[in-house]
Amino acid sequence: MTTAMTSMQRVLTTLGHQEPDRVPFFLLLSIHGAKELGLSIEDYFSKAENIVQGQLRLRAKYNDDCLYTFFHAPLEVEAFGGEVIFSADGPPNSGRPIITTPTDIHDLTAPKVEKTRCLQKVLQATRQLKAEVDDEVPIIGVVMSPFSLPVMQMGFASYIDLQYEQPDLLEKLLQVNMQFCIDWANAQLSAGATAICYFDPLASPTITPREMYLKTGFMTACQTLAKINGPTATHMASGRCLAIVDDLVSTGTAAVGTSVLEDLTEVKSACAGKLSILGNLNGVEMQHWSEEQAELAVKEAISKAGKGGGFILSDNHGEIPWQVPDNILLAISTAVHQWGRYPLRHS
Amino acid sequence: MVPQQQKAPFKDILLACDRLAALNLAKQWQDTMTPTAAIDQLIVPVLEDIGQGWEQGSVALSQVYMASRICEEITTQLLPALSRKNTKQPAMAIALLNDYHSLGKTIVYSTLLASGHTLKDYGRMSTAELVQRVIADKLKIILISTLMLPSALHIAEVSKQLKGHDVHIIVGGAPFRFDPTLWQQVGAHAMGRTASDAITLINEFLGAKS
Repeated sequence: MTTAMTSMQRVLTTLGHQEPDRVPFFLLLSIHGAKELGLSIEDYFSKAENIVQGQLRLRAKYNDDCLYTFFHAPLEVEAFGGEVIFSADGPPNSGRPIITTPTDIHDLTAPKVEKTRCLQKVLQATRQLKAEVDDEVPIIGVVMSPFSLPVMQMGFASYIDLQYEQPDLLEKLLQVNMQFCIDWANAQLSAGATAICYFDPLASPTITPREMYLKTGFMTACQTLAKINGPTATHMASGRCLAIVDDLVSTGTAAVGTSVLEDLTEVKSACAGKLSILGNLNGVEMQHWSEEQAELAVKEAISKAGKGGGFILSDNHGEIPWQVPDNILLAISTAVHQWGRYPLRHS
Repeated sequence: MVPQQQKAPFKDILLACDRLAALNLAKQWQDTMTPTAAIDQLIVPVLEDIGQGWEQGSVALSQVYMASRICEEITTQLLPALSRKNTKQPAMAIALLNDYHSLGKTIVYSTLLASGHTLKDYGRMSTAELVQRVIADKLKIILISTLMLPSALHIAEVSKQLKGHDVHIIVGGAPFRFDPTLWQQVGAHAMGRTASDAITLINEFLGAKS
C-alpha cells in the first residue's frame, strides 16, 4: 500500500489486523506538554486549554498517530476527594489514601462525573481537541481500571491485604469503582474520545497471580468493558501480559499494552489475530539513549511485531518520562517513518 | 540440617498466601530445628526462590509481599532467639525517597527482618532529610527504594552528599529493574533486583568488611 493514510485510518487498519501504509505509533506524552508551553507541570494541568495546545504542539513536532487526553493517574483519586501532589520533574503522585481503614469502603460512593471539576477539565480538553482534528486523528481517553484504582485509593500493601483477607469489602470497592469507571469512560467517549485506554497494571501477572485475577480483576473487566460504549485497549503499565492474553481477549478489549520484560515476538505470536499490541519501547532507558539506540530499538520492535498489522509502536508504560530529551523522541519518530513502511523491509 | 523436603511445602504455603498454615508449620519447627537453621536454611532460601520466581515472571508481586510479611511474622514472633543473630551488624536503615508508594520498601524491610537482620525504617523522606538522618545515625548501609524515575535520579544527589561518609548505598525499585545501568548512573554501590537480593548484598558487604 503506497497511499498515505490519515492517522485514524492507519490505526483502525492495524486494529483490524491488516497492514496499513506504515506502523502507527503513539508517543504517549502527557507532562511533556508543559515543556512545550514553558509551564510548570502543575500550571500545565490547571487549564484544559493548556492540554489542548500541548497535545497539538507535540503531535505537530513528532508526527505521531494519536492525541492523548491523559492528565495524570491521581486525577481519579482527586475525583474521589483525594490529594494530588505535583513535582517539578515527574508525573503527579496521589497523596494520603482516601480509604484509611477497610471499613471506610462501606461509605464510599462514586463521584458524579458531571459535578467533578477535575474530570470536567479533561472532558473540555477532549471536546476542544475533537473540534480541532475531527476524525483524522484518534483521541485516546484514559481510565484507571476499577481493579487497579484501589492502589491509589488505599495504598498498595493495604489493597493486597484486602484482596486476601476481606473479599466482601473488596467486592464492594470494585462495584463502586466499576460504576465510576463506566460513567467516566462513556463521558470521555461522548466528548469525542475515539477509544479508551483501560489502565490495569494490577491485572498483570507481574503484580497479581492469575488465579486471583480471574476471581477479581478479570470479572470486573468483563463487566466494565461490556458497558463502555467504544473500543478499549488494556494497558499493563510495564507489567507482563503473556500469561493472560486469552483472558484479556475474553474481556472484550481490542489491544494490550505490553512490557519490555517480554519478547515482542512471543507476545505477537500469542496475540496474533486476537489482540493488537501496543508497546514496548523502554521509557526508563530512553532518558540516556543515543539517537542510534532509539533507531535500533524502533527497528527491532517493528521487525518483531509489525508484520500483518495488529501493532502500534509505543513505550511500555503508557507515559514517557519527563527526562527523555526531544532529540530522542524525534529519532523515534524518524525511525518509524523510515523503517515502519509496509511492506516491511526487514522483518 | 533442614530436610530439603520441608522447603517445597513451605514455599507452596507462602505462594498461596496462607498465613495461618505458614504459622502452624513454623510452630512445628520449634521442636525440630534451631532458629538459625529455620532462618538460614528455610526462610531465606524460600524467599530467594520466590524472588527469583518474580524476576522470571512466574510469581506475582502480591505473593512476594504476602510471603515477606508472613516470614517477618514467623521470625519476629516465633523465633525470637534470632534477634541476637546480628548484634554485630553495622547500623543500617531503609528509606523511600520522595515517592508515595511504599510497597517495595515494605517488602524489603520485611524480608530483612525475616532473615534475622535488624534495621531502621525511615519511611518516606526527601533527599535533604535522608542525608541528614544517615549522617546523624552514623549508618554504614542505607537501602533506598524508589518507584518513579525522577526519585531514582534524585539518588545521585544523596550519593554526592554522602561521599566521604563511608556509607554503602544499596538501591532498588522499578526504575532500576528497567534500566540495569541506572544504579551506577546515580552513584549507588549496589542494586537489588528483588527483595531477597538485599540479603545477599548486605551479607556480601559484611563479608567484605570482616
